[in-house]
Amino acid sequence: MNLLGKLDWNAIPLHEPIIMGATAFMVLVVVAVLGFITMKGAWLYLWREWLTSVDHKRIGVMYCILALVMMLRGFSDAIMMRAQQAVAAGGAQGYLPPEHFDQIFSAHGTIMIFFMAMPFVVGIMNFAVPLQLGIRDVAFPTLNSVSFWLTASGALLINLSLAVGEFSKAGWWGYPPLSELQYSPGVGVDYYLWSLQISGLGTLLAGINFVTTILKMRAPGMSYMRMPVFCWTSLATNLLIVAAFPVLTAVLAMLLLDRYLGFHFFTNDAGGNQMLYANLFWVWGHPEVYILVLPAFGIFSEVIATFSGKPLFGYRSMVAATMTICVLSFLVWLHHFFTMGASANVNGFFGVMSMVIALPTGVKIYNWLFTMYGGRVRFTVPVLWSIGFMVTFVIGGMTGVLHAVPPVSFQLHNSVFLIAHFHNVIIGGVVFGLMAGYNYWFPKAFGFVLDERWGKASFWCWFIGFYLAFMPLYLVGLMGMTRRLQHYDNLAWQPWLIVAMVGAVVILGGIVCQVVQLVVSIRARDKLRVTGDPWNGRTLEWATASPPPAWNFALAPNVTGKDAFWTSKREQAKQGKPGPSRAYEPIEMPKNSATGFVSAFFAVVIGFAMIWHIWWMAGLGLLGAFVTLLAFAFRRHTEFEVPAEQIAQFERAHQAGAAV
Amino acid sequence: MTEARHERAPGDKPSREMHPSAPSEFLVYTIGLFVAVLLTATSFWAANTTLLWPGGVFLGLAVLAITQMGIHLVFFLHITSGPESTNNVLALAFGVLIVFVVVAGTMWIVADMNANMTMPSGEPMSMRMQH
Repeated sequence: MNLLGKLDWNAIPLHEPIIMGATAFMVLVVVAVLGFITMKGAWLYLWREWLTSVDHKRIGVMYCILALVMMLRGFSDAIMMRAQQAVAAGGAQGYLPPEHFDQIFSAHGTIMIFFMAMPFVVGIMNFAVPLQLGIRDVAFPTLNSVSFWLTASGALLINLSLAVGEFSKAGWWGYPPLSELQYSPGVGVDYYLWSLQISGLGTLLAGINFVTTILKMRAPGMSYMRMPVFCWTSLATNLLIVAAFPVLTAVLAMLLLDRYLGFHFFTNDAGGNQMLYANLFWVWGHPEVYILVLPAFGIFSEVIATFSGKPLFGYRSMVAATMTICVLSFLVWLHHFFTMGASANVNGFFGVMSMVIALPTGVKIYNWLFTMYGGRVRFTVPVLWSIGFMVTFVIGGMTGVLHAVPPVSFQLHNSVFLIAHFHNVIIGGVVFGLMAGYNYWFPKAFGFVLDERWGKASFWCWFIGFYLAFMPLYLVGLMGMTRRLQHYDNLAWQPWLIVAMVGAVVILGGIVCQVVQLVVSIRARDKLRVTGDPWNGRTLEWATASPPPAWNFALAPNVTGKDAFWTSKREQAKQGKPGPSRAYEPIEMPKNSATGFVSAFFAVVIGFAMIWHIWWMAGLGLLGAFVTLLAFAFRRHTEFEVPAEQIAQFERAHQAGAAV
Repeated sequence: MTEARHERAPGDKPSREMHPSAPSEFLVYTIGLFVAVLLTATSFWAANTTLLWPGGVFLGLAVLAITQMGIHLVFFLHITSGPESTNNVLALAFGVLIVFVVVAGTMWIVADMNANMTMPSGEPMSMRMQH
């Protein structure tokens, strides 16, 4: 028996120059970062203040950094595909061989959904929700850290697949029978499955954490109907996570059993039914779309209300629309496989439900428009992203309703028209929303605003680049081009695909602008420094210092209405003096814990060992994870006290800074 | 915290101050245990009996299982209809709704596709590749 399972030197694709180049670049970046940290002597600081932190703000920031890094990875996959399709027309084969192209589109989808959009969404929720609720942390701070590190473990495994072995060639859904052992004997699908299982567990734990936090831990006086809309959409998203992610875990576990232990859930023979995989995958997959986009809707609601200087139009209808979407999102999943062979009754039902779900989304669009109407709109970077979203998302939504008609879906299924549609809603909805949130909450997280000019340049590049990249895909989709083509014979498509390639380059310009914006802003941070409330905000996160202290609020805020911070500012202005002062009290804070980092380390060990069939190592990993949890369960000192003196000192400094 | 000050988490003990007339904890758990054991024993009996019509056995087992869930919820997890467990009841209702939608929807979809795959002879069309 081989001690290293299936792993040997052949696993490293030395004969593939493109992959080795990418690997070398990745290794170089990692070495540079590690070297920089060592040079600065920052290891201890990093370990104490970030890696073991259970502070929701820091965990949120780490989630966002993970997402931005993975966005670079996912985007390089995207631009490689666009370059390939721009040249591989007629007899030309392009520069990517089929087996590499297949890995690239599978990795692009997997990374962008699970390791870009999800961490970004969870990160922004992590950062903003407790602050908006006026509380000091989430319900389970250490669990929060575990969630983050499990997500990071999954991302690490995916990146490892570039250098060691291969990634799945079965698309980001991993449909059997293609993903079964018979047709995908390599480790690619195993990398896909284990990284999703590990990060999926992290997401589920985060979902439980946030549902509990929002339901049970609001500031005094913050009833449900006084919660900021972002908290409502986060609640809906996390309810969906708790309800949907177990389905994904279960269906991937069944595929794992098929691949590892010879089960027959989805195989061709012995009574397997691969249709059940498609069915269960999309039972998770459709709610997932709303898991991603609902927080983006919440961000737009905050941004639009703040920068229009008005309360959100139709708060109650916004809440109702959000919760309606939350339930309806579980009733539409079959529209992802209208063509699988269901009868007209079944297709008809899911088609109608898919059209119905567009209605609450329409309600929201009107709410945002009416919020801006009659307001004094400040055209800051977050507002540009929001307006860009409204225009783009309406187009994407309408092509979506088109897809909801089953006969149309029969024509468009698996065409690049569909690709254009879902990029239209995911980029135009989720990514634009996340960018708006990033620009909006950045000053809260770091105490200085991001550079406006580079931010606007970035927005315009993304906006124009998006239209250039995806409108041609609608056209070639209608001309009959199917997705996932490594090369094609129809030369009439090529001009459009070249335009799409140019669009991807323009988006690259947008990404470069974002990087420059960040660098420029960090270098000019002393000039860009702001107080707690740079945007004249409405919700509680703007009531505290920027960046907020570990304890968020020196005194628990007292909420008397919607837009709590706005209301209290108005009252103070009316009375001409701050409200009655209260004495500071010592605050109990959770202690930092290495549990998340260590258990995620063992999760990587387990995942890697299972992928390569190194059973003894998987056993060790399991043991390690178990011991870590035991150590956490038996620890005695879980909290420390911040003395009232220290809080008073911080508050005095903050007030003095605010007065200047 | 919020207006629902006395809200309880599942598994929390019912507080004596709130319900002075509430039966003692020991009694609640004992009744729960007794009923749960009774239901389990009945299930074992029903599964092996020849007294019932075979189709009725499945139905009976389903009923017993659902009753068992209800007993656990009421006696061990202390889900009540009172205002203090509004969140728990809502969460439960949401969970039941989603499970129902997923299970019923899946059965509907898969049964429908199986029906569409039936050959005119009545034999299901084989999905398998013939080796």
